[in-house]
Amino acid sequence: MNDESRLKRQEARGIKKSTRLLTKESSVAFNDNHTRTKERLIWNKKIECMKSKDMRALQSERLVELVQRVYNNVPFYRKRMNDHGVKPSDIHSIDDIVKLPFTYKNDLRDNYPFNLFAVPMKEIVRVHASSGTTGKPTTVGYTKADIDNWKEVVARCLTMAGIGKDDIMQISYGYGLFTGGLGVHYGAEAVGCSVIPISGGNTRRQLQLMSDFGSTVLACTPSYALHLADALSESGYSLDDMKLRTGVFGAEPWTENMRLELEKKWGIRAHDIYGLSEIMGPGVANDCILHSGLHVHEDHFFPEIVHPDTKEPMSDGSEGELVFTTLTKEGIPLLRYNTRDLSTLNHEPCLCGRTSVRMKKITGRSDDMLIIRGVNLFPSQIEHVLLELGETSAHYMLYVDRDNNLDTLELKVELDESQLTDTIRDLQNLSRKIEHALNSAIGLHVKVTLVEPKTITRSEGKAVRVVDNRKK
Amino acid sequence: MTISQLSVFLENKTGYLNQVLAVLAKYNINIIALTVADTSDYGILRAIVSDPDKALEVLRAEQFSVRIHDILSIEMDAAPGTMSRILDLFTAADICIEYVYAFSFGSKSILILRTDNREKSVAVIKANHLKSISEADLR
Repeated sequence: MNDESRLKRQEARGIKKSTRLLTKESSVAFNDNHTRTKERLIWNKKIECMKSKDMRALQSERLVELVQRVYNNVPFYRKRMNDHGVKPSDIHSIDDIVKLPFTYKNDLRDNYPFNLFAVPMKEIVRVHASSGTTGKPTTVGYTKADIDNWKEVVARCLTMAGIGKDDIMQISYGYGLFTGGLGVHYGAEAVGCSVIPISGGNTRRQLQLMSDFGSTVLACTPSYALHLADALSESGYSLDDMKLRTGVFGAEPWTENMRLELEKKWGIRAHDIYGLSEIMGPGVANDCILHSGLHVHEDHFFPEIVHPDTKEPMSDGSEGELVFTTLTKEGIPLLRYNTRDLSTLNHEPCLCGRTSVRMKKITGRSDDMLIIRGVNLFPSQIEHVLLELGETSAHYMLYVDRDNNLDTLELKVELDESQLTDTIRDLQNLSRKIEHALNSAIGLHVKVTLVEPKTITRSEGKAVRVVDNRKK
Repeated sequence: MTISQLSVFLENKTGYLNQVLAVLAKYNINIIALTVADTSDYGILRAIVSDPDKALEVLRAEQFSVRIHDILSIEMDAAPGTMSRILDLFTAADICIEYVYAFSFGSKSILILRTDNREKSVAVIKANHLKSISEADLR
C-alpha cells in the first residue's frame, strides 16, 4: 500500500490531520488518548534523513574498514575471501560489496562458539545465543560499542513509533540468552521510557501490571499480544482498565492483517520491529507511523536483496533473500549474511521525512526454518534429537498450530517395534523422554505422539516434515 | 510357568482394532483372551491366541507393530474368593501387580498377570504350588 492511499485511509478512519506527519518539519504532532503536542519523532535526524549520496559515502568508508578488519582478525573470513578470490584492496566503495562472499547460519554453527568473533574475549561485554540448526546454539558477542549502537538503533525504532519519555513500556519479550528483552530494554531507557522488564509468560500477571502500572506501550511477539488481548475478559479486565496506546511487536513474521487486527483489538498503534540475533537483535528495522515498509538502519546494517537460487543481487521491488552486512559491528561482524527471510527493498524517501531504505514486512522464508513463539526452529533439530536418542524411527511429522493465539507443537513419530512392550507405561515414558530431550535442545514444549511404523507419509524428493496450520 | 502374550500397538483410529482382528481371522487364529489398555492417543492390545508365533508372523507381514512377551499365568478354581486369595499371596510378598486379566477356558479359570518383580513372583507361585498354564494347555 502506498503512502497516499494510507493517508486517505487514515482520513477515512477519522484520524485528525494533526495526527499525521508534517513532512516539511520532519516531525509530527498527534493526539492520542493523551494530549500530545509536538514530539520528537526522529531520534537521529542527521543519519535517518541523510542524503543518499552522503549515506553511500559513509557506508563505503565503513565497508572498507570492516573488510580490512575481518580479513585481518578472523581466520574464517580470510580463508573465505581468499577462496572467493577477493582481497580487502578490491573493496573501494559500497558498490564493491557484491564482490564479497556470503555468510550463512551454518558458518556460525561451524565456528561455534566464538570463532567468528573479531575481537579478543576481553573486549566482549555480552553474549547472546539462539537455537542453531542441529543442536548447537548460534552465539553472538557484543563489545561495549556494539551495545551502544544497539541502544541507538532501538532508540530510533521506538522514536519512529512515537514512543518517548512519557511512556511506560512493558517489555514482555523474554530476557536472557534471547536478544528480545535486553535488546529493546536499553533502547527504551535511552528514549526515556519507564521500563517494566516483566519478561515473557504469566498472562494474568502481565494484565495485572499493565492495568496497575498503566503501561502505555507493550513490546512482545505479535502472537503473544493477540493472546493477551483474548485473555483480557476472561481475566476480568476490559480495555477501559488499560492505558495502552502503542505496541512494538516482532521476533516472528506477521502479516499486515494481523497488524490491523492487533490495532483493533487493543485500540493501539501496532509497529513491527525487525531484527535477528546474528545481525544485532531487535532494532535492525522498524516501521514509522505510515507503516509503509520498515526503515532499515543502513548506516549500521547494509541490506541487499538477492535471488534465492542464483544469489544475484536484485533491484528494488523484486522479492528475494534479505542479506545484511554489519557495517559497524565489532564483536561478531558479518559479511553479506543471508537471513533467508524474504523481502523487497525500497530506496524512495518516506513521507515521514526519513531517507533510509525501507524493507517490506517479512512475508516468509526461503528455507524451512519455523518461528515458534519467537524461537527459531529447524526441523533438522528435531531429527537430530530423535537420532541421538535412537529409540524411535527417524520418521516424524511436526504439526504447528495456534491455540488461543499461542503456537503449539505436536510431533508424531513412528514407534520402533523393539520399543514396544506390553505396558502403556513404557510407551508413556518413551514419549516423555523424547519431550524432555526436545525441550532441553530447542527450549520449546513439544507434545510427542507415538504412531504406528510406516504410517507417516514418505515423500518423493524433498521430505515434508512440517504441517503448519497457523492462520496466515 | 508362563504363557505367550501378543502385544499389538494400536493407534486411536476408528476401525483399527477390527483390522487386527481381521488378520487373525484370515489365518484362522483363535483368540482365547483379549484386553486393550488405552490412552488418549493409542492403546496396546494384549491377547492370548491359539498360535502366537503364526499371529506374530502374519501381523508383522501386515505392517502392525507386534511383539510376544512371556507372561505369568495361573490356573484357578472356579470358586468365589479364589482370585482374591491368590493376589493376597503376592501382596504378602510385597509384589506389585502391573496389570491383570482373567478368563475361562472350558472348565478352567485362568489368571494372567504381570508384576514388578518376575523372580519373586515365580517363587511365590512355586512355594504355594499354584498351577501354571501354557499355550499347550489351551489347544
